[in-house]
Amino acid sequence: MPDGAPAAPRAIWSGTLTFGLVSIPVELFTARRSTRVPLRMLAADGTPLRRVYVCPSEEREIESEEIVRGYEVERDHYVLVSDEELEAVMPEQSRDIHLRRFVPRDRLPIAAFRRSYYLVPGGQSQRAYAVLAATMDRGGYAGIATFVMRGKEYLVAILAEDGILRAETLRFPDEVRSPDDVGLAEPPKKPSAAAVRRMEKAVARLSSDEIPLAPFEDELSEAISSLAEEKLARGEDVVEYEAAEPEEEEEALEPPDLAQLLKQRLASGEPDGDRPRRRKKRAA
Amino acid sequence: MTLGSVEVPVRLYTAVEDRAVHFRLLHERDHVPVKQRMVHPETGEEVPREEVRRGVEVESGRFVVLSEEELAALEPAPDRTIEVLAFVEPERIAPPWYDRPYWVGPDGADEDYAALALAIGRSGRVGIARWTMRKRRYVGALRSEGPWLMLTTLHHLGEVIPRDALGPAPKVSIDPLEAQLADQLVSVLAVNELDLDAYRDEHRERVLALVEAKARGKAPKLERPAPKPAVASLADSLRESLEAARRHVA
Repeated sequence: MPDGAPAAPRAIWSGTLTFGLVSIPVELFTARRSTRVPLRMLAADGTPLRRVYVCPSEEREIESEEIVRGYEVERDHYVLVSDEELEAVMPEQSRDIHLRRFVPRDRLPIAAFRRSYYLVPGGQSQRAYAVLAATMDRGGYAGIATFVMRGKEYLVAILAEDGILRAETLRFPDEVRSPDDVGLAEPPKKPSAAAVRRMEKAVARLSSDEIPLAPFEDELSEAISSLAEEKLARGEDVVEYEAAEPEEEEEALEPPDLAQLLKQRLASGEPDGDRPRRRKKRAA
Repeated sequence: MTLGSVEVPVRLYTAVEDRAVHFRLLHERDHVPVKQRMVHPETGEEVPREEVRRGVEVESGRFVVLSEEELAALEPAPDRTIEVLAFVEPERIAPPWYDRPYWVGPDGADEDYAALALAIGRSGRVGIARWTMRKRRYVGALRSEGPWLMLTTLHHLGEVIPRDALGPAPKVSIDPLEAQLADQLVSVLAVNELDLDAYRDEHRERVLALVEAKARGKAPKLERPAPKPAVASLADSLRESLEAARRHVA
Protein backbone atom coordinates (compact mmCIF):
# COMPACT_ATOMS: atom_id res chain seq x y z
CA MET A 1 0.00 0.00 0.00
CA PRO A 2 1.15 3.56 -0.63
CA ASP A 3 2.58 5.18 2.54
CA GLY A 4 2.24 3.06 5.65
CA ALA A 5 0.93 5.73 8.06
CA PRO A 6 -2.24 4.66 9.85
CA ALA A 7 -5.26 6.41 8.44
CA ALA A 8 -6.93 8.90 10.76
CA PRO A 9 -10.09 7.19 11.98
CA ARG A 10 -13.21 8.74 10.59
CA ALA A 11 -16.52 8.70 12.38
CA ILE A 12 -19.19 6.92 10.38
CA TRP A 13 -22.01 8.57 12.33
CA SER A 14 -22.28 11.15 15.05
CA GLY A 15 -25.26 11.80 17.23
CA THR A 16 -26.62 11.40 20.71
CA LEU A 17 -27.05 8.38 22.90
CA THR A 18 -29.97 9.13 25.21
CA PHE A 19 -30.44 7.21 28.42
CA GLY A 20 -33.48 8.43 30.25
CA LEU A 21 -33.11 12.22 30.17
CA VAL A 22 -29.32 12.04 29.91
CA SER A 23 -27.85 12.83 26.51
CA ILE A 24 -24.40 11.61 25.58
CA PRO A 25 -22.94 12.93 22.31
CA VAL A 26 -21.14 10.05 20.63
CA GLU A 27 -19.42 9.12 17.39
CA LEU A 28 -19.44 5.69 15.78
CA PHE A 29 -16.29 4.09 14.45
CA THR A 30 -16.33 0.78 12.66
CA ALA A 31 -14.83 -2.18 14.51
CA ARG A 32 -14.09 -3.87 11.20
CA ARG A 33 -11.60 -3.44 8.42
CA SER A 34 -11.14 -5.28 5.18
CA THR A 35 -8.26 -7.70 4.69
CA ARG A 36 -9.19 -8.53 1.12
CA VAL A 37 -6.58 -7.58 -1.44
CA PRO A 38 -8.34 -5.38 -3.99
CA LEU A 39 -7.99 -6.65 -7.56
CA ARG A 40 -8.32 -3.80 -10.02
CA MET A 41 -9.63 -4.23 -13.55
CA LEU A 42 -7.03 -3.16 -16.10
CA ALA A 43 -6.78 -2.66 -19.85
CA ALA A 44 -4.22 -4.65 -21.86
CA ASP A 45 -1.73 -1.77 -21.40
CA GLY A 46 -2.19 -1.83 -17.60
CA THR A 47 -4.37 1.27 -17.30
CA PRO A 48 -7.09 0.93 -14.65
CA LEU A 49 -10.47 0.86 -16.32
CA ARG A 50 -13.27 3.30 -15.66
CA ARG A 51 -16.82 2.18 -14.96
CA VAL A 52 -19.45 4.00 -17.00
CA TYR A 53 -23.19 3.75 -17.40
CA VAL A 54 -24.58 3.02 -20.83
CA CYS A 55 -28.13 3.25 -22.08
CA PRO A 56 -28.73 -0.07 -23.89
CA SER A 57 -31.36 1.32 -26.27
CA GLU A 58 -29.19 4.23 -27.40
CA GLU A 59 -25.82 2.46 -26.93
CA ARG A 60 -24.10 5.52 -25.55
CA GLU A 61 -22.46 6.54 -22.32
CA ILE A 62 -24.72 8.61 -20.11
CA GLU A 63 -23.89 11.10 -17.39
CA SER A 64 -25.09 10.74 -13.82
CA GLU A 65 -27.48 13.71 -14.28
CA GLU A 66 -29.39 11.64 -16.82
CA ILE A 67 -29.91 8.76 -14.40
CA VAL A 68 -32.99 8.38 -12.22
CA ARG A 69 -33.95 5.82 -9.61
CA GLY A 70 -36.75 3.37 -10.35
CA TYR A 71 -38.59 0.77 -8.34
CA GLU A 72 -39.75 -2.22 -10.37
CA VAL A 73 -43.44 -2.75 -9.58
CA GLU A 74 -43.91 -5.33 -12.28
CA ARG A 75 -41.68 -6.62 -15.04
CA ASP A 76 -40.17 -3.68 -16.98
CA HIS A 77 -42.53 -1.28 -15.27
CA TYR A 78 -40.87 1.22 -12.95
CA VAL A 79 -42.05 3.88 -10.58
CA LEU A 80 -39.60 6.78 -10.44
CA VAL A 81 -38.52 7.92 -7.01
CA SER A 82 -36.63 11.18 -6.52
CA ASP A 83 -33.97 12.00 -3.92
CA GLU A 84 -36.33 14.58 -2.47
CA GLU A 85 -39.08 12.03 -1.95
CA LEU A 86 -36.71 9.59 -0.27
CA GLU A 87 -35.30 12.31 1.96
CA ALA A 88 -38.80 13.39 2.93
CA VAL A 89 -39.63 9.94 4.35
CA MET A 90 -36.32 9.77 6.22
CA PRO A 91 -36.99 10.07 9.96
CA GLU A 92 -35.89 13.25 11.71
CA GLN A 93 -34.67 11.48 14.87
CA SER A 94 -31.70 10.27 12.87
CA ARG A 95 -29.34 11.88 15.39
CA ASP A 96 -30.53 9.89 18.41
CA ILE A 97 -29.97 6.42 19.76
CA HIS A 98 -32.65 6.29 22.43
CA LEU A 99 -32.02 3.54 25.01
CA ARG A 100 -35.43 2.60 26.36
CA ARG A 101 -35.04 -1.13 26.72
CA PHE A 102 -32.33 -3.27 28.32
CA VAL A 103 -31.93 -7.06 28.23
CA PRO A 104 -29.37 -9.49 29.63
CA ARG A 105 -26.72 -9.55 26.93
CA ASP A 106 -26.77 -13.34 26.60
CA ARG A 107 -30.37 -13.05 25.32
CA LEU A 108 -29.24 -11.39 22.09
CA PRO A 109 -29.76 -13.78 19.17
CA ILE A 110 -26.46 -14.62 17.48
CA ALA A 111 -28.13 -14.80 14.06
CA ALA A 112 -29.08 -11.12 14.34
CA PHE A 113 -25.56 -9.68 14.66
CA ARG A 114 -24.69 -7.72 11.57
CA ARG A 115 -21.97 -5.11 12.08
CA SER A 116 -19.96 -3.74 14.95
CA TYR A 117 -19.02 -0.17 15.87
CA TYR A 118 -17.22 1.45 18.78
CA LEU A 119 -18.91 4.41 20.43
CA VAL A 120 -16.57 7.25 21.30
CA PRO A 121 -17.77 10.12 23.50
CA GLY A 122 -17.79 13.52 21.85
CA GLY A 123 -17.77 16.93 23.56
CA GLN A 124 -17.90 16.95 27.38
CA SER A 125 -19.70 13.67 27.85
CA GLN A 126 -16.91 11.49 29.31
CA ARG A 127 -18.51 11.17 32.73
CA ALA A 128 -21.99 10.25 31.55
CA TYR A 129 -20.41 7.79 29.09
CA ALA A 130 -18.36 6.19 31.89
CA VAL A 131 -21.40 5.95 34.19
CA LEU A 132 -23.47 4.24 31.51
CA ALA A 133 -20.66 1.85 30.49
CA ALA A 134 -19.96 0.90 34.13
CA THR A 135 -23.66 0.26 34.82
CA MET A 136 -24.07 -1.94 31.74
CA ASP A 137 -20.85 -3.85 32.52
CA ARG A 138 -21.99 -4.45 36.13
CA GLY A 139 -25.43 -5.70 35.23
CA GLY A 140 -24.41 -7.60 32.08
CA TYR A 141 -27.04 -5.71 30.12
CA ALA A 142 -27.38 -4.67 26.50
CA GLY A 143 -29.47 -1.67 25.52
CA ILE A 144 -31.78 -2.02 22.52
CA ALA A 145 -32.76 0.84 20.22
CA THR A 146 -33.33 1.84 16.64
CA PHE A 147 -31.55 4.66 14.86
CA VAL A 148 -30.97 6.03 11.38
CA MET A 149 -27.58 6.10 9.70
CA ARG A 150 -26.87 6.97 6.08
CA GLY A 151 -30.54 7.03 5.21
CA LYS A 152 -31.34 3.59 6.63
CA GLU A 153 -32.97 2.50 9.83
CA TYR A 154 -30.98 0.17 12.08
CA LEU A 155 -31.87 -1.96 15.05
CA VAL A 156 -28.96 -1.82 17.43
CA ALA A 157 -27.71 -3.41 20.64
CA ILE A 158 -25.44 -1.24 22.78
CA LEU A 159 -22.97 -3.31 24.80
CA ALA A 160 -20.28 -2.33 27.28
CA GLU A 161 -16.98 -4.15 27.41
CA ASP A 162 -14.45 -3.04 30.03
CA GLY A 163 -15.59 0.57 30.05
CA ILE A 164 -16.04 0.98 26.31
CA LEU A 165 -19.39 1.02 24.56
CA ARG A 166 -20.01 -0.81 21.34
CA ALA A 167 -22.97 -0.73 18.99
CA GLU A 168 -23.89 -4.00 17.28
CA THR A 169 -26.37 -3.50 14.47
CA LEU A 170 -28.94 -6.27 14.43
CA ARG A 171 -31.00 -7.80 11.64
CA PHE A 172 -34.69 -7.03 12.03
CA PRO A 173 -36.73 -10.15 12.88
CA ASP A 174 -38.13 -10.40 9.34
CA GLU A 175 -34.56 -10.50 7.98
CA VAL A 176 -33.76 -13.77 9.76
CA ARG A 177 -35.32 -16.99 8.50
CA SER A 178 -36.53 -19.64 10.89
CA PRO A 179 -35.90 -23.38 10.33
CA ASP A 180 -39.55 -23.48 9.23
CA ASP A 181 -38.92 -20.73 6.63
CA VAL A 182 -36.14 -22.73 4.99
CA GLY A 183 -38.19 -25.93 4.90
CA LEU A 184 -36.81 -27.60 8.02
CA ALA A 185 -40.33 -27.98 9.41
CA GLU A 186 -40.16 -31.41 10.99
CA PRO A 187 -38.02 -31.52 14.10
CA PRO A 188 -35.72 -34.56 13.99
CA LYS A 189 -37.07 -37.56 15.84
CA LYS A 190 -35.85 -38.37 19.31
CA PRO A 191 -32.40 -39.91 18.97
CA SER A 192 -31.40 -43.12 20.72
CA ALA A 193 -29.30 -42.91 23.88
CA ALA A 194 -26.46 -44.73 22.11
CA ALA A 195 -26.37 -42.18 19.26
CA VAL A 196 -26.37 -39.29 21.76
CA ARG A 197 -23.55 -40.90 23.74
CA ARG A 198 -21.48 -41.31 20.60
CA MET A 199 -21.93 -37.63 19.70
CA GLU A 200 -21.26 -36.48 23.24
CA LYS A 201 -17.97 -38.36 23.15
CA ALA A 202 -17.06 -36.76 19.82
CA VAL A 203 -17.82 -33.29 21.24
CA ALA A 204 -15.87 -34.00 24.44
CA ARG A 205 -12.83 -35.18 22.48
CA LEU A 206 -12.72 -31.85 20.62
CA SER A 207 -13.34 -29.65 23.67
CA SER A 208 -10.63 -27.07 24.10
CA ASP A 209 -9.83 -23.98 26.15
CA GLU A 210 -8.18 -22.36 23.17
CA ILE A 211 -9.66 -21.29 19.86
CA PRO A 212 -7.71 -22.85 16.96
CA LEU A 213 -6.39 -19.83 15.05
CA ALA A 214 -5.35 -21.42 11.75
CA PRO A 215 -8.83 -21.37 10.17
CA PHE A 216 -9.09 -17.63 10.92
CA GLU A 217 -6.30 -16.81 8.46
CA ASP A 218 -7.46 -15.21 5.23
CA GLU A 219 -5.50 -17.70 3.10
CA LEU A 220 -6.73 -16.47 -0.26
CA SER A 221 -5.81 -12.81 0.34
CA GLU A 222 -2.42 -13.87 1.68
CA ALA A 223 -1.79 -16.08 -1.33
CA ILE A 224 -2.75 -13.26 -3.73
CA SER A 225 -0.44 -10.80 -1.93
CA SER A 226 2.53 -13.14 -1.89
CA LEU A 227 2.08 -14.06 -5.54
CA ALA A 228 2.02 -10.35 -6.42
CA GLU A 229 5.14 -9.73 -4.31
CA GLU A 230 7.00 -12.63 -5.95
CA LYS A 231 6.14 -11.43 -9.43
CA LEU A 232 7.17 -7.89 -8.49
CA ALA A 233 10.56 -9.16 -7.27
CA ARG A 234 11.03 -11.01 -10.57
CA GLY A 235 9.86 -7.98 -12.52
CA GLU A 236 7.20 -10.11 -14.15
CA ASP A 237 3.94 -8.60 -15.46
CA VAL A 238 4.61 -5.30 -13.73
CA VAL A 239 2.79 -2.42 -15.40
CA GLU A 240 2.89 1.26 -14.61
CA TYR A 241 0.53 4.03 -15.48
CA GLU A 242 0.26 7.75 -14.86
CA ALA A 243 -2.11 8.17 -11.96
CA ALA A 244 -4.36 10.99 -13.10
CA GLU A 245 -5.86 11.50 -9.65
CA PRO A 246 -5.51 9.47 -6.48
CA GLU A 247 -8.31 6.99 -5.90
CA GLU A 248 -10.13 8.17 -2.80
CA GLU A 249 -12.52 5.31 -2.51
CA GLU A 250 -10.10 2.53 -1.75
CA GLU A 251 -10.18 1.32 1.78
CA ALA A 252 -6.99 1.75 3.77
CA LEU A 253 -5.46 -1.54 4.82
CA GLU A 254 -3.74 0.01 7.81
CA PRO A 255 -5.98 -0.02 10.86
CA PRO A 256 -7.06 3.42 11.93
CA ASP A 257 -5.55 4.41 15.24
CA LEU A 258 -8.77 4.10 17.17
CA ALA A 259 -6.99 3.33 20.45
CA GLN A 260 -5.24 6.70 20.41
CA LEU A 261 -8.45 8.55 19.65
CA LEU A 262 -10.35 6.76 22.41
CA LYS A 263 -7.62 7.54 24.89
CA GLN A 264 -7.79 11.23 24.07
CA ARG A 265 -11.54 11.44 24.13
CA LEU A 266 -12.05 9.42 27.28
CA ALA A 267 -9.23 11.02 29.25
CA SER A 268 -10.06 14.70 29.07
CA GLY A 269 -13.01 16.90 28.40
CA GLU A 270 -10.94 19.09 26.14
CA PRO A 271 -11.71 18.62 22.49
CA ASP A 272 -8.49 17.59 20.81
CA GLY A 273 -6.88 20.08 18.42
CA ASP A 274 -6.41 17.84 15.44
CA ARG A 275 -9.29 15.48 15.92
CA PRO A 276 -11.01 14.66 12.68
CA ARG A 277 -13.70 17.09 11.75
CA ARG A 278 -17.20 15.90 12.08
CA ARG A 279 -18.61 15.40 8.72
CA LYS A 280 -21.28 17.80 7.70
CA LYS A 281 -24.77 16.81 8.59
CA ARG A 282 -26.57 15.66 5.56
CA ALA A 283 -29.72 17.59 4.85
CA ALA A 284 -32.42 15.42 6.37
CA MET B 1 -19.83 -32.57 8.76
CA THR B 2 -16.94 -34.27 10.50
CA LEU B 3 -16.01 -34.29 14.19
CA GLY B 4 -12.82 -36.26 14.27
CA SER B 5 -13.80 -39.70 12.97
CA VAL B 6 -17.56 -39.09 13.36
CA GLU B 7 -19.45 -38.02 10.23
CA VAL B 8 -22.94 -36.56 9.95
CA PRO B 9 -24.42 -35.72 6.52
CA VAL B 10 -25.82 -32.16 6.54
CA ARG B 11 -27.04 -29.37 4.27
CA LEU B 12 -26.71 -25.61 4.76
CA TYR B 13 -29.60 -23.17 4.33
CA THR B 14 -29.05 -19.43 4.43
CA ALA B 15 -30.79 -17.91 7.45
CA VAL B 16 -30.69 -14.33 6.14
CA GLU B 17 -33.53 -12.79 4.16
CA ASP B 18 -32.81 -9.70 2.08
CA ARG B 19 -35.61 -7.23 2.74
CA ALA B 20 -33.87 -4.11 1.46
CA VAL B 21 -35.82 -1.97 -1.01
CA HIS B 22 -33.80 -2.22 -4.21
CA PHE B 23 -33.89 0.47 -6.86
CA ARG B 24 -32.71 0.22 -10.43
CA LEU B 25 -30.82 3.01 -12.13
CA LEU B 26 -32.75 4.13 -15.21
CA HIS B 27 -31.98 6.40 -18.11
CA GLU B 28 -34.23 9.40 -17.50
CA ARG B 29 -35.26 9.79 -21.16
CA ASP B 30 -36.59 6.32 -21.86
CA HIS B 31 -36.76 4.67 -18.40
CA VAL B 32 -34.61 1.76 -19.51
CA PRO B 33 -32.28 0.28 -16.86
CA VAL B 34 -28.72 1.42 -17.51
CA LYS B 35 -25.92 -1.06 -17.99
CA GLN B 36 -22.43 -0.83 -16.57
CA ARG B 37 -19.47 -1.03 -18.92
CA MET B 38 -15.75 -0.89 -18.33
CA VAL B 39 -13.98 1.59 -20.61
CA HIS B 40 -10.40 2.71 -21.16
CA PRO B 41 -10.16 6.10 -19.41
CA GLU B 42 -8.18 7.71 -22.26
CA THR B 43 -9.86 6.39 -25.36
CA GLY B 44 -13.32 5.93 -23.81
CA GLU B 45 -13.55 2.63 -25.68
CA GLU B 46 -15.26 -0.30 -24.12
CA VAL B 47 -13.02 -3.15 -23.03
CA PRO B 48 -14.80 -6.48 -23.50
CA ARG B 49 -14.87 -8.74 -20.47
CA GLU B 50 -12.49 -11.34 -21.93
CA GLU B 51 -9.84 -8.64 -22.47
CA VAL B 52 -10.03 -7.23 -18.95
CA ARG B 53 -6.95 -8.09 -16.89
CA ARG B 54 -6.77 -8.03 -13.14
CA GLY B 55 -3.96 -6.56 -11.09
CA VAL B 56 -2.82 -5.84 -7.56
CA GLU B 57 -1.62 -2.29 -6.94
CA VAL B 58 1.72 -2.80 -5.24
CA GLU B 59 2.60 0.89 -5.16
CA SER B 60 0.73 3.94 -6.34
CA GLY B 61 0.59 3.73 -10.15
CA ARG B 62 2.20 0.29 -10.27
CA PHE B 63 0.33 -2.96 -10.79
CA VAL B 64 1.29 -6.59 -10.88
CA VAL B 65 -0.98 -8.34 -13.34
CA LEU B 66 -2.31 -11.74 -12.27
CA SER B 67 -3.65 -14.01 -14.97
CA GLU B 68 -6.93 -15.89 -14.72
CA GLU B 69 -4.94 -19.13 -14.51
CA GLU B 70 -2.82 -17.82 -11.65
CA LEU B 71 -5.89 -16.63 -9.75
CA ALA B 72 -7.73 -19.89 -10.38
CA ALA B 73 -4.73 -21.84 -9.04
CA LEU B 74 -5.04 -19.96 -5.73
CA GLU B 75 -8.69 -20.92 -5.27
CA PRO B 76 -9.30 -23.65 -2.74
CA ALA B 77 -10.10 -27.09 -4.16
CA PRO B 78 -13.82 -27.91 -4.04
CA ASP B 79 -14.58 -29.81 -0.88
CA ARG B 80 -17.84 -30.92 0.66
CA THR B 81 -16.70 -31.30 4.25
CA ILE B 82 -17.48 -29.06 7.16
CA GLU B 83 -14.66 -29.90 9.53
CA VAL B 84 -15.37 -29.19 13.20
CA LEU B 85 -11.98 -28.56 14.80
CA ALA B 86 -12.77 -27.71 18.42
CA PHE B 87 -15.53 -26.92 20.90
CA VAL B 88 -14.91 -23.81 23.01
CA GLU B 89 -16.72 -21.76 25.66
CA PRO B 90 -19.25 -19.48 23.94
CA GLU B 91 -17.87 -16.32 25.62
CA ARG B 92 -14.67 -16.82 23.66
CA ILE B 93 -16.39 -15.47 20.54
CA ALA B 94 -17.42 -11.82 20.85
CA PRO B 95 -20.27 -10.41 18.70
CA PRO B 96 -18.02 -8.45 16.29
CA TRP B 97 -16.69 -11.76 14.91
CA TYR B 98 -20.09 -13.01 13.73
CA ASP B 99 -21.00 -12.59 10.07
CA ARG B 100 -23.73 -14.64 8.28
CA PRO B 101 -25.88 -17.35 9.86
CA TYR B 102 -26.84 -20.61 8.15
CA TRP B 103 -29.19 -23.31 9.35
CA VAL B 104 -27.65 -26.75 9.29
CA GLY B 105 -30.21 -29.43 8.36
CA PRO B 106 -29.88 -33.20 8.21
CA ASP B 107 -29.22 -34.81 4.83
CA GLY B 108 -30.21 -38.39 5.67
CA ALA B 109 -29.13 -39.93 9.00
CA ASP B 110 -31.67 -37.81 10.90
CA GLU B 111 -30.99 -39.63 14.12
CA ASP B 112 -27.27 -38.80 14.10
CA TYR B 113 -28.13 -35.19 13.34
CA ALA B 114 -30.59 -35.02 16.24
CA ALA B 115 -28.05 -36.69 18.53
CA LEU B 116 -25.35 -34.19 17.52
CA ALA B 117 -27.63 -31.19 18.09
CA LEU B 118 -28.55 -32.57 21.50
CA ALA B 119 -24.93 -33.32 22.42
CA ILE B 120 -23.74 -29.83 21.44
CA GLY B 121 -26.65 -28.27 23.35
CA ARG B 122 -25.79 -30.27 26.48
CA SER B 123 -22.09 -29.37 26.25
CA GLY B 124 -22.96 -25.66 26.35
CA ARG B 125 -20.08 -25.18 23.93
CA VAL B 126 -19.65 -23.73 20.46
CA GLY B 127 -17.87 -25.58 17.68
CA ILE B 128 -15.24 -23.91 15.51
CA ALA B 129 -15.58 -25.27 11.98
CA ARG B 130 -14.04 -24.67 8.59
CA TRP B 131 -15.29 -25.42 5.12
CA THR B 132 -15.17 -24.35 1.48
CA MET B 133 -18.16 -22.70 -0.15
CA ARG B 134 -18.39 -20.85 -3.47
CA LYS B 135 -14.60 -20.96 -3.99
CA ARG B 136 -13.77 -19.45 -0.62
CA ARG B 137 -12.63 -20.87 2.69
CA TYR B 138 -14.82 -20.08 5.67
CA VAL B 139 -14.50 -20.35 9.40
CA GLY B 140 -17.65 -20.54 11.47
CA ALA B 141 -19.25 -21.10 14.85
CA LEU B 142 -21.50 -24.13 15.26
CA ARG B 143 -24.12 -23.94 17.99
CA SER B 144 -27.38 -25.62 18.86
CA GLU B 145 -30.67 -23.70 18.62
CA GLY B 146 -33.35 -25.89 20.12
CA PRO B 147 -33.36 -29.16 18.13
CA TRP B 148 -31.43 -27.53 15.28
CA LEU B 149 -27.85 -26.58 14.51
CA MET B 150 -26.78 -23.16 13.29
CA LEU B 151 -23.46 -22.38 11.64
CA THR B 152 -22.47 -18.71 11.54
CA THR B 153 -19.53 -17.55 9.46
CA LEU B 154 -16.89 -15.64 11.40
CA HIS B 155 -14.56 -12.90 10.26
CA HIS B 156 -10.93 -13.55 9.56
CA LEU B 157 -8.16 -12.37 11.87
CA GLY B 158 -7.36 -8.78 11.11
CA GLU B 159 -10.90 -7.99 9.97
CA VAL B 160 -12.05 -7.17 13.48
CA ILE B 161 -10.57 -4.52 15.76
CA PRO B 162 -10.92 -6.40 19.05
CA ARG B 163 -11.67 -4.65 22.32
CA ASP B 164 -8.18 -5.61 23.59
CA ALA B 165 -6.53 -3.58 20.84
CA LEU B 166 -8.00 -0.39 22.32
CA GLY B 167 -6.28 -0.74 25.69
CA PRO B 168 -7.91 -0.14 29.08
CA ALA B 169 -10.52 2.59 29.34
CA PRO B 170 -9.08 5.59 31.21
CA LYS B 171 -10.24 5.92 34.81
CA VAL B 172 -13.04 8.41 35.23
CA SER B 173 -14.20 9.11 38.77
CA ILE B 174 -17.81 8.08 39.10
CA ASP B 175 -20.02 9.54 41.81
CA PRO B 176 -21.54 6.60 43.78
CA LEU B 177 -24.95 8.32 43.75
CA GLU B 178 -24.87 8.61 39.96
CA ALA B 179 -23.79 4.98 39.64
CA GLN B 180 -26.66 3.90 41.90
CA LEU B 181 -29.24 5.96 40.01
CA ALA B 182 -27.97 4.62 36.69
CA ASP B 183 -28.17 1.03 37.98
CA GLN B 184 -31.75 1.62 39.12
CA LEU B 185 -32.74 3.21 35.83
CA VAL B 186 -31.32 0.28 33.84
CA SER B 187 -33.10 -2.26 36.03
CA VAL B 188 -36.41 -0.42 35.62
CA LEU B 189 -35.96 -0.45 31.83
CA ALA B 190 -34.73 -4.05 31.75
CA VAL B 191 -36.72 -7.08 30.63
CA ASN B 192 -35.61 -10.68 30.87
CA GLU B 193 -36.79 -11.80 27.49
CA LEU B 194 -36.01 -9.92 24.34
CA ASP B 195 -39.02 -9.36 22.11
CA LEU B 196 -37.37 -8.36 18.86
CA ASP B 197 -40.68 -8.71 17.04
CA ALA B 198 -41.66 -5.40 18.61
CA TYR B 199 -39.08 -3.72 16.36
CA ARG B 200 -39.80 -2.97 12.74
CA ASP B 201 -37.85 -1.18 10.08
CA GLU B 202 -40.25 1.74 9.92
CA HIS B 203 -38.10 3.61 7.48
CA ARG B 204 -38.19 0.70 5.00
CA GLU B 205 -41.98 0.54 5.44
CA ARG B 206 -42.29 4.24 4.64
CA VAL B 207 -40.15 3.86 1.51
CA LEU B 208 -42.32 0.94 0.38
CA ALA B 209 -45.50 2.90 1.11
CA LEU B 210 -44.09 5.74 -0.98
CA VAL B 211 -43.40 3.58 -4.04
CA GLU B 212 -46.72 1.77 -3.72
CA ALA B 213 -48.66 5.04 -3.52
CA LYS B 214 -46.85 6.26 -6.61
CA ALA B 215 -47.50 2.98 -8.42
CA ARG B 216 -51.25 3.49 -7.84
CA GLY B 217 -50.89 6.99 -9.23
CA LYS B 218 -51.50 8.65 -5.88
CA ALA B 219 -49.59 11.61 -4.52
CA PRO B 220 -47.32 10.19 -1.81
CA LYS B 221 -47.86 11.30 1.75
CA LEU B 222 -44.52 12.65 2.91
CA GLU B 223 -44.20 12.74 6.67
CA ARG B 224 -41.60 12.53 9.35
CA PRO B 225 -41.61 12.54 13.15
CA ALA B 226 -40.37 15.50 15.22
CA PRO B 227 -37.04 15.76 17.16
CA LYS B 228 -36.64 15.81 20.97
CA PRO B 229 -35.00 18.19 23.50
CA ALA B 230 -31.83 17.74 25.66
CA VAL B 231 -31.19 18.49 29.43
CA ALA B 232 -29.07 19.45 32.52
CA SER B 233 -27.07 17.85 35.43
CA LEU B 234 -26.32 14.14 35.26
CA ALA B 235 -27.65 13.14 38.72
CA ASP B 236 -30.81 15.25 38.31
CA SER B 237 -31.41 13.85 34.86
CA LEU B 238 -30.95 10.27 36.06
CA ARG B 239 -33.31 10.87 39.00
CA GLU B 240 -35.98 12.45 36.81
CA SER B 241 -35.61 9.64 34.26
CA LEU B 242 -35.97 7.07 36.99
CA GLU B 243 -39.17 8.67 38.28
CA ALA B 244 -40.57 8.97 34.78
CA ALA B 245 -39.69 5.35 34.00
CA ARG B 246 -41.29 4.11 37.24
CA ARG B 247 -44.48 6.02 36.54
CA HIS B 248 -44.51 4.57 33.07
CA VAL B 249 -44.01 1.00 34.27
CA ALA B 250 -46.58 1.40 37.12
